[in-house]
Amino acid sequence: MLELKNIDTYYGNIQALRDVSIKVGEGEIITLIGANGAGKSTTLMTICGVVPPRKGEVLFEGRVINGVAPNKIVQQGICQVPEGRLIFPDLTVQENLDMGAFLRSDKEGIGRDLDQVFGLFPILLERRKQLGGTLSGGEQQMLAISRALMARPKVLLLDEPSLGLAPLIIRQIFDIIKQINRESNTTIFLVEQNANQALKVAHRGYVMENGRITLEDACDKLLANDAVKKAYLGL
Amino acid sequence: MRPVPWFCKGKAVRDPPRGRQDGFMEYFLQLFFGGLSRGSVYALIALGYTMVYGIIELINFAHGEIYMIGAFMGLIVAGVLTAMGWPTLSILVIALIIAVLYSAAYGYTVEKIAYKPLRGAPRLSPLISAIGMSILLQNYIMLAQTPDFLPFPRLIPDLEFMEPYANFLATSDLFIIVTSIAVMVALTLFIKFTRMGKAMRATAQNRKMAMLVGVNVDQVISATFIIGSALAAVGGVLIASHIGQINFVIGFLAGIKAFTAAVLGGIGSIPGAVLGGLVLGWTESFAAGYVSSDYEDVFAFLLLVLILIFRPAGLLGKQRAQKV
Repeated sequence: MLELKNIDTYYGNIQALRDVSIKVGEGEIITLIGANGAGKSTTLMTICGVVPPRKGEVLFEGRVINGVAPNKIVQQGICQVPEGRLIFPDLTVQENLDMGAFLRSDKEGIGRDLDQVFGLFPILLERRKQLGGTLSGGEQQMLAISRALMARPKVLLLDEPSLGLAPLIIRQIFDIIKQINRESNTTIFLVEQNANQALKVAHRGYVMENGRITLEDACDKLLANDAVKKAYLGL
Repeated sequence: MRPVPWFCKGKAVRDPPRGRQDGFMEYFLQLFFGGLSRGSVYALIALGYTMVYGIIELINFAHGEIYMIGAFMGLIVAGVLTAMGWPTLSILVIALIIAVLYSAAYGYTVEKIAYKPLRGAPRLSPLISAIGMSILLQNYIMLAQTPDFLPFPRLIPDLEFMEPYANFLATSDLFIIVTSIAVMVALTLFIKFTRMGKAMRATAQNRKMAMLVGVNVDQVISATFIIGSALAAVGGVLIASHIGQINFVIGFLAGIKAFTAAVLGGIGSIPGAVLGGLVLGWTESFAAGYVSSDYEDVFAFLLLVLILIFRPAGLLGKQRAQKV
């Protein structure tokens, strides 16, 4: 469904991604794990068209999408929950969700999806009129995920949804990610430093080091892999 | 001959203080409304600065020139229509509309030529480009039109029902105040309720995220320049008709004053620009009326210095603590 082929991405003269190839099948949960600065977020920004690759191809449903404007990529059904959540601080929770549905015009469908995200995260319904910037970190993460769901994406890209959250909330967020994947068959590409949690949720995983993919396998195999254990699971 | 207007270089008086002997209250009201009308125009121009800053963090130094070009376009339209014998008020309306469209086209083009290619460049580069654009436009108008002052026809007639108040509130002042308020209300509604308005707010708050929800940021930036330029043109035509003459440098001081107003109110904040414009207009008006018109600029900029010392983010500007 989503495929990166031999991607090289640069920031100015600095190469961030080297020959990255990733395949995400429909309905899968794929995770990309790696240390700080390995190039995980860059991979997502490359997919979304914010930092276009210098070499290689990004394919979505068989079409090349690198070089397409970011708003057109969203329109095709790829949506990102970025690192740090990036809530619009001076818009209300409701307006943040409206922004998620920015490219849609089907009022009825938007209303139904709104009910759905309020079902997933009842706290957001309570805080509907509050400014986004006044929410707690966990609530902001819920809002960020909900905002992305409002676009009704075919592929949901999640960048470190567990960053800075309490263990209890992390578990809740990962449960919901699984639920979204199960119930609406949304394909999920999950970038995480919390390798343990990510590998438990996902079907297949990629390991990234210094801008390269170094390992690729089913998650249970990665969990059992000695190198992964040592480097990322702290075992 | 009219005195050199307040928005021109050098010492400037708009009207010689009209009769101090009219009594304290009347004099006060005269200064109050004079300041209000002046401040509304500052606010109209300041909105352009603040909106552009809010979206792309650029001080658009060419903004004053857009205002000046609006006034020139108004003059050309007014000249043609006056020669054709149209009634005054309809000339004003048509001059406003054409000046708005023309200035908007200029604002749009300036962004595409001078700022868009520099997106992603260090912040200083578009700033220098803006100063260059300002100099270019000034000199272009000087060469294409004239380096001299041109008389601007009075497009706002003295209305009869205003007769009893004429001592402290001229019809043109009233007209400027009412038009500015109407334009600002329209702008507020636009930003609050329309799709483009929401996209603008989202882009101002987080450009990257706006992109990620599918906002076409280039379109938002263009719209911001178009709206800001249109507001400046409204101010340009109104004030030119009020004062009665224009030349190619009027954008310079008006631009600096409006920029001051924007900073005063908190750059990036739309209500801030309006408040800053009004505060600046009143300061100047009262300083000119009660102290001396030689000192109005001194007081205006003194106020700016004080605000920057005690409230560096401006009156309504926020220094936001960001959650990580």
